[in-house]
Amino acid sequence: MSKTDRETKADHIRHLLETEGPAVEANTMGFNQGRYDSVADLEDYEELKDEARTIKEGAIERLPELIDAVTETVEENGGTVYLAEDAADANRYIREVASENDAERLVKSKSMTSEELEVNEALEREGVDVVETDLGEWVLQVADEAPSHIVAPAIHKSREEIARLFNSQFDPGEPLETAEELTMFARERLGEQIAEADIGMTGANFITADSGSLMLVTSEGNARKTAVVPDTHIAVAGVEKIVPTVEDLAPFIELIGRSGTGQDITSYVSLLTPPVDSPIVDPDDPETPFADREDDREFHLVLIDNGRMTMREDDQLRETLYCIRCSACANTCANFQSVGGHAFGGETYTGGIATGWEAGVHGYDSAAEFNDLCTGCSRCVEACPVKIDIPWINTVVRDRLNRGGEASRFDFLYDELVPDEEATGAIDRQKRLFGNYETLAKLGSATAPVSNLIGGLGPVRSLAERFVGIDSRRPLPTFQRETLVDWFDARGPNVAAADADREVVLYPDTYTNYVDVDRGKAAVRVLEALSVHVQIPSVPGSGRAPLSQGMIDTADAKASRVYAALAEHIDAGRDIVVIEPSDLAMFRNEYEKLLPERSFERLRNSSYEVLEYVYGCLENGADPAALRTDGPPIAYHAHCQQRTLGLDRYTRAVFDDLGYDVLESDVECCGMAGSFGYKSQYYELSMDVGDRLAEQFSTSEARDRLVVASGTSCGDQLEDLLAREASHPVEALDPNSPLAR
Amino acid sequence: MSVETATDGDRFEAALENLEVPVTATDPATFDSTLESIVDQPVVGTPLPFERVSLPDWVDDEPTPATLETAATGVTAASFAIADYGSVVLPSTPEGAEQVSLFCDLHVPVVRASDIVPDMPSAIERLGPMLRDGASAIIATGPSATADMGALVKGAHGPKDVHVVVLEDDEALERDETGEHDE
Ligand code: SF4
Repeated sequence: MSKTDRETKADHIRHLLETEGPAVEANTMGFNQGRYDSVADLEDYEELKDEARTIKEGAIERLPELIDAVTETVEENGGTVYLAEDAADANRYIREVASENDAERLVKSKSMTSEELEVNEALEREGVDVVETDLGEWVLQVADEAPSHIVAPAIHKSREEIARLFNSQFDPGEPLETAEELTMFARERLGEQIAEADIGMTGANFITADSGSLMLVTSEGNARKTAVVPDTHIAVAGVEKIVPTVEDLAPFIELIGRSGTGQDITSYVSLLTPPVDSPIVDPDDPETPFADREDDREFHLVLIDNGRMTMREDDQLRETLYCIRCSACANTCANFQSVGGHAFGGETYTGGIATGWEAGVHGYDSAAEFNDLCTGCSRCVEACPVKIDIPWINTVVRDRLNRGGEASRFDFLYDELVPDEEATGAIDRQKRLFGNYETLAKLGSATAPVSNLIGGLGPVRSLAERFVGIDSRRPLPTFQRETLVDWFDARGPNVAAADADREVVLYPDTYTNYVDVDRGKAAVRVLEALSVHVQIPSVPGSGRAPLSQGMIDTADAKASRVYAALAEHIDAGRDIVVIEPSDLAMFRNEYEKLLPERSFERLRNSSYEVLEYVYGCLENGADPAALRTDGPPIAYHAHCQQRTLGLDRYTRAVFDDLGYDVLESDVECCGMAGSFGYKSQYYELSMDVGDRLAEQFSTSEARDRLVVASGTSCGDQLEDLLAREASHPVEALDPNSPLAR
Repeated sequence: MSVETATDGDRFEAALENLEVPVTATDPATFDSTLESIVDQPVVGTPLPFERVSLPDWVDDEPTPATLETAATGVTAASFAIADYGSVVLPSTPEGAEQVSLFCDLHVPVVRASDIVPDMPSAIERLGPMLRDGASAIIATGPSATADMGALVKGAHGPKDVHVVVLEDDEALERDETGEHDE
């Protein structure tokens, strides 16, 4: 990405932060909280997700067979099925149906798949009047805008904006103002349009192969009217929507509303087996009782491939097809909460999983537009009702994009500085820089303090901003001349193996080793206070930095080296203790994709987050009085990946057990997310996300507390935002802590 | 069994209360007067497939597009109800039950007490054979609603209010009696 591209991106994001940001933030955060509340009522939430996942895996596996089965069932029921290869093919078929019916107007209920086809434009070109009947979609149709969210398409618009839009477009007698007035106005207008429509078009959330039924999840009732009022019904749906039987719908009915907008169930879950038995509502024959009508309904199911069958063959993208488009991954995403789908989205789809959809149906260029906005924080993973590893899909697409980009004439110079394993020279300079952070840190440390002085110089910062896009408003990390490994080599362990209750290897992650050596020293003292024998061998970086830039080969090579360096320790029965949650998340999660299964399992089962380990020691009888128990009240922010791993509770438990007064943040992410907040095109977004956290730590109750964060990035971000020192939990518990009481 | 049936009914009512949906229990003898106290006139309805109960004659049970348009209340039978969610399952019928349940400002679904099932899996157990038989149904929970205009509004395209009538039918009455003996 060139400097100009970065500036354009930054401008676009700034514009959205200022205009649509507040409405998007209020709505998505409401949905997200609703999800937490609603799934908490489900006793068997985890089992339901497993069940849902299994059903989708099975259905995609059997997809060709299910397409045949659903075709047969729908045709037996009296409908028609058309399997469209791509958007053009689908639109051609739909136009034919419209022209055979001499259709002048088609009414639609909300369907993202129809947005993917751009069927409205295709029909309008043929003179068919298309009317969106979902109120949100209708607002956008009137405003001529694109959806900003896959479930609530107009969340970026406030009530005031909608009122201004309606008042200027329709000139109602009395100006419309309240949500109630706006809704009733729309209801009436759209009611008339539906009554006079020739065709109703719906999507489908699910299609059952055994009965030929469509499941539609809605709240307004427009989909019900769209399907039954006109005599012709067209349903468009991606082939991935088919499940084998009606019984397979059960977990999805319970999960979809809760996961999306936080409703236990939406007002209407329609289970239509078209052609339906309901009579049509014919405005030209208002006096004939419904019961006396003999209607001959027409039903067309248009199944869309448009890249899906190829996605199914792609081992990395296949998971995307399990997506039920609930929107949880968007609502829970800190970046999405700030900018919404007009930045975090491609041609059609928005939010974290959109990367997979866009790459699959529209191609990599569309995915490239927003793929960087996924920072890999992983908060969406536990929210997804079908357990898709959404960050991994983003990483894979980023890796593929890296390989397809164009080489620049500077890159051969740059290669020296960034010795990664990436095969082509096509990858973006900014990504390579951050992906090779370990090499930089090594160099920075070896040449400290000179490197820090140079890094702080104005001209160097502006070059860094121009050449690779490191935002000059961000303070750079200060490299330490003496690394943690060197310090420990010279000092040696204070608890001998023979006297110890247990033995650990403290993993010297890149940041702790070269930059925040103090927190490493504190971790050593805390562990030793609990009678643990500590070693700190030199172990390479985990590969988190290259992975976050989509450099999978480099991360893969690092994973092998880390495992090689630790295997013998694991064999010797030593536990691996990790300070940085994002590195632990590599060991526990991403390494599954990078290491042989047995190696992955061995490392995963032997590795612990440092406070998780402290908790274990205390539970097993270690003396809590050996730690600092008289520290100040704490404002604690857990790390996003640590929360996804379910490990934040140990930090909380340790502080509680030691009698600390702790106030905890409840935002999804600090916004820094490794390198993300350093990138000039994303600096402002990163700060906007961070503001939500800063606000929580600036209240009268929080502002005098010691700020404690488990992640490096979170600590840096908090220091930038609050201009207060941020520490790691081990520093607060360090018996020799230099921190104020 | 009897105790569980009673519990499903209670849980159904509790779920409706959470949704702020009023519910009234009645029996065949008092059905007409109960209904009269609930509805707004004019009322359209579709025939109730229950023994010993039918729509009172002040309900237009042969609605047309014209009468549907002017009616304030629609009365229809629910095939069954789901206790956990406070949902009623509305069938699509050639008489227009789908339309009557959808177009009027107030919808009054009538469900037999013995047709309240505990949870979603039991609901799906019933729906499977129905759908495979070609039927369509709506799992309806509360009134129609939208938040698209900047705040939650009830009555988007469908009813603004729902008032559920639970009909204590013979089967339920019998079970209740057995239940009392059991205890
Ligand atoms: S990826 Fe998962 S969380 Fe995101 S929309 Fe799809 S199903 Fe929902």
